[in-house]
Amino acid sequence: MSSAEIATLPESEGFKIRWGDLAPFIALGVIILLGTMINSNFMSANNILNVITRSAFIAIIGVGATFVIATGGLDLSIGSMLAFVVGIMVMAMNALAPSLGPWAIPIGALVALVVGSLCGLMNGLIITVGRIEPFIVTLGTMGIFRALITYMTDGGSLSIDRSLRNAYRPVYFGDFLGVPYPVIITLVIALLGAFILYRTKYGRRVTAVGSNADVARFSGVHVGRVRTMAFVIQGFCVAVAAICYVPRLGAATPTTGQLWELQVITAVVIGGTLLRGGKAHIWGTVAGALILEVIANVMVLSDMVSEYLVAAVQGAIIIIAMLAHRFTSPR
Amino acid sequence: MSMQASDTTGARTAPGPVLRADTLSKAYGPITVLTDVTLDINAGEVHAIIGENGAGKSTLMRLLSGHAEPTGGTLAMAGTPVAFFDAVQAEDAGIVLVHQEILLAPDLTVAQNLFLGRELSRFFAVDDKQMNRRTAEVLARVGSTARPWTVVGELPLAQRQLVQIARALLDDRKVIILDEPTAMLANDEVDALLDIVRNLRAQGVAVLYISHRLEEVEALADRVTVLRDGKMIGTWPAETLDQRQMAELMVGRELSMLYPPKREPATAEPVLVVEELSVDHGKITGSFSVRPGEVLGIGGMIGAGRTELIEGLMGLRPSQAGAIRVGGTAVTKPDVKALMAAGLVYLTEDRKGKGLLLNEGLGPNLILQAMDMINPRLRLDRKKETEAVKSAVQDYDIRVRTLSIEAGKLSGGNQQKLLLAKVMQADPSVVIIDEPTRGIDIGNKSQIYRFIDDLVRAGKACVVISSELPELVGLSDRVLVMRAGRFVAELTGDDITEQNVVYAAASSGKDTEGRKRA
Repeated sequence: MSSAEIATLPESEGFKIRWGDLAPFIALGVIILLGTMINSNFMSANNILNVITRSAFIAIIGVGATFVIATGGLDLSIGSMLAFVVGIMVMAMNALAPSLGPWAIPIGALVALVVGSLCGLMNGLIITVGRIEPFIVTLGTMGIFRALITYMTDGGSLSIDRSLRNAYRPVYFGDFLGVPYPVIITLVIALLGAFILYRTKYGRRVTAVGSNADVARFSGVHVGRVRTMAFVIQGFCVAVAAICYVPRLGAATPTTGQLWELQVITAVVIGGTLLRGGKAHIWGTVAGALILEVIANVMVLSDMVSEYLVAAVQGAIIIIAMLAHRFTSPR
Repeated sequence: MSMQASDTTGARTAPGPVLRADTLSKAYGPITVLTDVTLDINAGEVHAIIGENGAGKSTLMRLLSGHAEPTGGTLAMAGTPVAFFDAVQAEDAGIVLVHQEILLAPDLTVAQNLFLGRELSRFFAVDDKQMNRRTAEVLARVGSTARPWTVVGELPLAQRQLVQIARALLDDRKVIILDEPTAMLANDEVDALLDIVRNLRAQGVAVLYISHRLEEVEALADRVTVLRDGKMIGTWPAETLDQRQMAELMVGRELSMLYPPKREPATAEPVLVVEELSVDHGKITGSFSVRPGEVLGIGGMIGAGRTELIEGLMGLRPSQAGAIRVGGTAVTKPDVKALMAAGLVYLTEDRKGKGLLLNEGLGPNLILQAMDMINPRLRLDRKKETEAVKSAVQDYDIRVRTLSIEAGKLSGGNQQKLLLAKVMQADPSVVIIDEPTRGIDIGNKSQIYRFIDDLVRAGKACVVISSELPELVGLSDRVLVMRAGRFVAELTGDDITEQNVVYAAASSGKDTEGRKRA
């Protein structure tokens, strides 16, 4: 082929809408439309901001989970890990409060980020060095973290020191130019995640490992390191979510973050990331987290379905999403 | 030497063939893989089938044992026409195929495996006692030392192979087809297996024996049938053929003009030196070196350990090496990345499973391996990537409709060229290519041969592993032949012929050194 011919080759097959990739956003739009029709209060700025803010935790953790799942892994420990990190952070802040005053908050947050990353590192190392299925390892650490938080709270709750409450409160309840901080943090984390995943060499390796670990290995990619790093990113994201979570309720309890792993995995999967790895959609995950929260909100606002059935509807969503994927994908 | 096919059977027992195939053919759609094979098998006879890789041996076996249905021709047992719908029907008729691969459930015991799907029961419960007793009998018959209650996963490979044969013998069989039964066995185990086959023959069983190893065929067979390119070349009484004649019958074709002319002998210092490499805990060992401007061919039958040796060299399998030097750099702990940095790359034989990300586009595939060498920063350089794709498409003549196509949608030949372009991104001085043209059409083949020629003429070195003899002979300046995990012969100059390679790869190797045609 001559170079002239190469130059005329189209770089892509023109503008072709990838319906599969857009599906979570379309679904989100449809659900919002339904919500508006059911209850006029749904579209009020107050309600919308509230919904987006509440979805922040699942979205932030979901960004990390997108990395883990893209490498072909799975992390069941995230809900318990969140509770554990919240517990450690509250304890650290309370211990530092008498000597540091409000400065205990950033130091405590830093402790949370380090502890979260270390928890992820531990998951990752056991999986890659020990060559054990991620499902089994994180099932184990899920139990460990849950037991630790129950032990730390002595079965009750671990509350943040009164002196810190007012200073810490804005992290969840405050806003910048009308945009709540959790929303801003979600955006920053998602942007960062998208940058790492789509624009760095590491991100390239994440999808390579997930789509075919043998090809990656034969190409000189250190598969174990890539996988471990994904779990560290997951741990970091859990810690960020923990930092946003504490001012909301002000305490860690044995039920903090319970079953969040299911919500997070649901958000990632309905966002278009393949559970077997190799294809990752950060923004799809964010849309997925929003879908879950919007559905819950619509159900609460409408009188038609009991809000006790929220989890059932969310569960149905993941199955419907997968069925839709099965019947629309070309293969 | 008389090469006339003979119809005089070496039958030991009189009344006609147990199984007869008449003009048997098999086609998959428009592709014919086996044409008009006519042969018969007598009771108490070992009938060997030999041929190169892809000659149609396995297809024939599958047709005879009911694993596949012929598209032409007929089968008859003791004169009565038969047709098998599946392998179970064939087994009921008394024909059983013992697969080359071990097909046993590793977590079950020997007896449980033998009786899998046909368990004996007594009052609604499985009758382990009875099954163990009968298993012990049949194990004794094949000379296995395994116990009926041993878990199969704990047995060494050779014993598992015997268990597999024992399973075939559980019910009385008239015809046993052994597909490369010694492929995984060590030498003393091979001798034991040959004794078992002789024993079966003495018991009046008809044995169809497929093997690459010509000395086994010479030692064992009563008659030999040669297949080549899906066609039957003929059947001869075994005593009329020696190993060399068998090899010539298996090859029987001439070099075409596909290959670039040979280069002047290379004299420069070796650019890759591998000393005392030991892979898979000593199962495969070898030393070799290659000079700039040289194509070193590595020949041998499938399963001889060629790919494993190279994967060991690349650190993709457990291995130990006395020394590895690439272009003067000693590499102490070899892995793909370190060797690539030193100037050595490996192109896998399994382009779909280990070579390319089929769901990814050209760019991610192209730069996956050499990413760190092209671009030291953390961030991807998309512009450079697009440039690399464009020049690879041009330099390696990868035919695409659009640059955004997924690798999995390319033809085999274009995939192979993309893979070649991928490893060349690292600008290596030595390239090891495993099966450079497997499953690609003739046009792409000759292009790849030209690339290899250009490469070595530019002063690089190339190692080619190939199971296609014409390719090995047509490309190589020097050939090492591997057999059962060891290099058994080195061929240079005019000694590089298909016959010599086959002879070294398949014979006992006692007198391979530079043996010429008598």
